[in-house]
Amino acid sequence: MNAPDPHTSDLLDLDCAGDFPILSQKVRGHRLVYLDNGATTQKPDAVIQAEYRFYRESNANIHRGVHWLSQHATDLYEQGRERVRAFLNAARPEEIIFTRGTTEAINLVAQSWGRSQLKPGDEIIVSEMEHHSNIVPWQMVCQDTGAVLRVVPITDAGELRLDEYRALLGERTRLVAVAHISNALGTINPVAEIVRLAHAVGAKVLVDGAQAVAHQAVDVQALDCDFYVFSGHKLYGPTGIGALYGRFDVLDAMPPWQGGGDMIRTVSFERTTYAELPQRLEAGTPNIAGVVGLTAAIDYVCGLGMDRIARHEQALLAYASGAVLALPGLRLIGTAPDKAGILSMVIDGIHPHDLGTILDTEGVAIRAGHHCAMPVMTRFGIPGTARASLAAYNTRHDIDALVAALAKAQKLFGTGRQA
Amino acid sequence: MSGNFGDLRELYQEVIFDHNRNPRNFHEMADANRSAEGYNPLCGDQLTVYLKVDGDVVADASFVGHGCAISTASASLMTEAVKGQPVDQVESLFKDMHAMLTESHPEGRDFGKLEVLSGVREFPARVKCATLAWHTLHNAIASARDVAQTE
Repeated sequence: MNAPDPHTSDLLDLDCAGDFPILSQKVRGHRLVYLDNGATTQKPDAVIQAEYRFYRESNANIHRGVHWLSQHATDLYEQGRERVRAFLNAARPEEIIFTRGTTEAINLVAQSWGRSQLKPGDEIIVSEMEHHSNIVPWQMVCQDTGAVLRVVPITDAGELRLDEYRALLGERTRLVAVAHISNALGTINPVAEIVRLAHAVGAKVLVDGAQAVAHQAVDVQALDCDFYVFSGHKLYGPTGIGALYGRFDVLDAMPPWQGGGDMIRTVSFERTTYAELPQRLEAGTPNIAGVVGLTAAIDYVCGLGMDRIARHEQALLAYASGAVLALPGLRLIGTAPDKAGILSMVIDGIHPHDLGTILDTEGVAIRAGHHCAMPVMTRFGIPGTARASLAAYNTRHDIDALVAALAKAQKLFGTGRQA
Repeated sequence: MSGNFGDLRELYQEVIFDHNRNPRNFHEMADANRSAEGYNPLCGDQLTVYLKVDGDVVADASFVGHGCAISTASASLMTEAVKGQPVDQVESLFKDMHAMLTESHPEGRDFGKLEVLSGVREFPARVKCATLAWHTLHNAIASARDVAQTE
């Protein structure tokens, strides 16, 4: 064994970058420092191998073949559903509907639940910190149904204004749609409290867990939410697969949103009857290999331990916040006390887009822009931020590389500390 | 200033910094007779280009808005370059600039000071930053009502 690395030894025992083949490559002559995990995470070899093995050994269509291979693929797919159920601590596997990702899951609820339930004058509450994917589907369903979108403002620190939320809740409120963790600010919302208040007025709650599931343990029964949605690709899994959790009685009352194979019981030109949950909400051949990859991803993070990942990222966030704030003229957008590993930075005199390019030439990958949360940028009066977002495989070395690259950008722009 | 900045120096030349810090013709224009708005939905860069076209000549040009250093410097340099130029030459400059920023240097064309923008060709993600002002200029001349977007 090598001597403990002073940069990582005090950050608990998580050392998993070696599980991710992509992280060993060089970018522009530098070690790749991947800090764009809010956009998508890299994939461990276990996930890559699981998809590879599926196509080599197990590929067939599901729920329809009498042959062995089809039954085998069906078993893998349904095991994936059970794996997601256990991961979210849902009560029953039928409460898990596979989708393309968070966006499709929200659109499913908006189109199926929203169009069948909402009437003119009904209200949907979202927060000012939502990703566009938790705003636009509701605007569309409001346009179709005559329902009204209401918005909970946020504080200067990027926290939900709970007082304003309480004031907005009322007998017209039918649904509250809120991020578990803000992708642009890192704020961890008090979801259990948000749900409790909504249920008190009889409203349902959808939680956008896209930025949460990879970073802390999630228990949908403890949160008591009605819907919880997430994407596989932000959880070290493949793109094109995600899931909707829906409380059984709510989900069971929802009409199909897409018609096709797999979602029917009988079809005739006179009358079609629909399948039970979960098939009723999964029309067509799903992303079977994606479910297999997602299963491997959930196995992977559970192997590391969700609580260990959370502690590691919290320690790294504290280190990173201190390090970047030591740079002159740098400010963080999103400073809630309860915050996940997201550093949304603005620097005097350097546009985020320029920062992104300069960091890239050092092999440091971050995201620059509005992060699909334009209302957040408007709220803070900025065009965008340079966002570094952390994952389990990041280390202090990565943060040191980020800070060095930021200092280099300041030197290039002549805005940094004079040498 | 020195330092090991490598390829970055090709993109961020001193002229770019100068025009980013002190953009020229950076104001609204009350007596403009042409204007157009440009917007890049990917990065949020936004600007408005104002022109005073007098007969066949662009008598005056200005802009307002916000964007990165490349986008601001490109707009600033552009207003300097087109002021006092015949409209047909401005349109031909738009075409040549577009080619220079996205493909290759048009043969025989001397871009003068605008040459400093050629570094973006090596940074595909940044080409749109440099072309936004020029598309907006083109729309202003054509009096297009639509908001200009980079392709």
